[in-house]
Amino acid sequence: MFPFVFEWVPEATRYVFMGSTYSVLISLVIILHYCAIRAFLDLICKKDDHDNTHH
Amino acid sequence: MNPVSAPFDSALFPKGVKRCKLKWFLFWIAVLHGPLMVGVIGAIMCWGLALNVTYLNNNYPFGLWIAADLGVIALGAGAFFTGFLRYIVNIEELKNIVNYAVVIGVICYASAQGILGIDIGQPLRGWFIFWHANVHSMLTEVAFCITCYFMVLCIEYLPLILENRQINKLGFFHGMAHHLHGAMPTIAAIGVFLSFFHQGSLGGVPGVLYGRPFAYREGFLVWPWTFFLFVLSAIACGPCFTILITWITEKCAQKRLVKRNVIDILARISGRLLAVYLVLKTIDTVYWVTIAGKVGAPLSSFYVNQPYGYWVLVTELGILGVIPAIILLIERARQNENLLILACVLNCAGIFMNRWIMTVQSLAVPVMPFDKFISYHPNWVEYATTFLFVWAGAIVIMLSYRYLPIFPQERELNPL
Repeated sequence: MFPFVFEWVPEATRYVFMGSTYSVLISLVIILHYCAIRAFLDLICKKDDHDNTHH
Repeated sequence: MNPVSAPFDSALFPKGVKRCKLKWFLFWIAVLHGPLMVGVIGAIMCWGLALNVTYLNNNYPFGLWIAADLGVIALGAGAFFTGFLRYIVNIEELKNIVNYAVVIGVICYASAQGILGIDIGQPLRGWFIFWHANVHSMLTEVAFCITCYFMVLCIEYLPLILENRQINKLGFFHGMAHHLHGAMPTIAAIGVFLSFFHQGSLGGVPGVLYGRPFAYREGFLVWPWTFFLFVLSAIACGPCFTILITWITEKCAQKRLVKRNVIDILARISGRLLAVYLVLKTIDTVYWVTIAGKVGAPLSSFYVNQPYGYWVLVTELGILGVIPAIILLIERARQNENLLILACVLNCAGIFMNRWIMTVQSLAVPVMPFDKFISYHPNWVEYATTFLFVWAGAIVIMLSYRYLPIFPQERELNPL
């Protein structure tokens, strides 16, 4: 699973296979975080706009 | 809707749609819990008393569970393929059914993982396949891809949950759903990548069994021809399953939920893919028969053991292949609702039969002169645990239909 695990054999197949797995997992994590951060920023900006209009 | 006659939970419904009374909804949920509990008992027996409560044995390590597993994964291909057509090929009309395809996909892949969770017998060791990954095994690739793709499907399902009328009132969730919709083409592309490889590798598993002439195929690089045939058959039948479940939902809800032209697009694409699949499958079968005959395994030796006679070949390719393909290819035939549903049922049955043949019949055909044919029939534990996920899936569909906006055309087709 990880290069530091004793079973890890440094061969091309393993790099391609695990590389693809980690690429997919990292992409999904980035997408989720991107959407959450954008949603949070939208919320903050809307709140600021609302406060400014109120004053 | 008159607020007095509105169901108790009407505040949770999508805007502008009508749902049945809560008591009827709960009644049907309770009814489904009956057979579901039988399945749960079966699952507990498998985990508690080990797999000898089933009819699986050393001759048949792959039985009903694996055939059903491959079947539901193929049926779930409607999710990734509809997503591919909607977000990458950009067929705009499919936005009206892609949500439901995702719900069906989530259920199919959750079922596949649930069945595997029972089939491995010792779920406490389920993580071994990830931690001690044999990267040269097609099954390892399947395990990784299915797990990752299930995550993709959950992310695709997430905006639907966030769009529930009450949840969507919260600003953060509203924004999150909006941005997830924006990211959907990227998520769909990841789904296509994962699905292509695991659908194919499921076909690759029997295709590389060079000790079993019934299953073995030559191929391209490391991929046997069955790899490509499995991908093609899955994308040919996945949309048909989506149409079939949509039709069942419409009959239960007693209203039309998706416009006819949307269904027709899926049916047309499915028909063309099924026709291409049948041509390639026929070429593959002829080539396989010729090669197997040359190495001392004539066609008759594969179909000599009952119940796996020649009728299997005729039914799989003819009745469950050619007939639905003809119906789906002819415009007038597929516009007849009864014929369309018949074609979808035959197509979906055909995929199950194909998966059963490639797993169970592959193991059934004796390969050594001293081998004897031993028959396999699943017992009630296997049936109950397999159908457990059908009942659970029906409950998920009922909850999703009641509380989530999965059919964008419902309001237009059914004005209050």
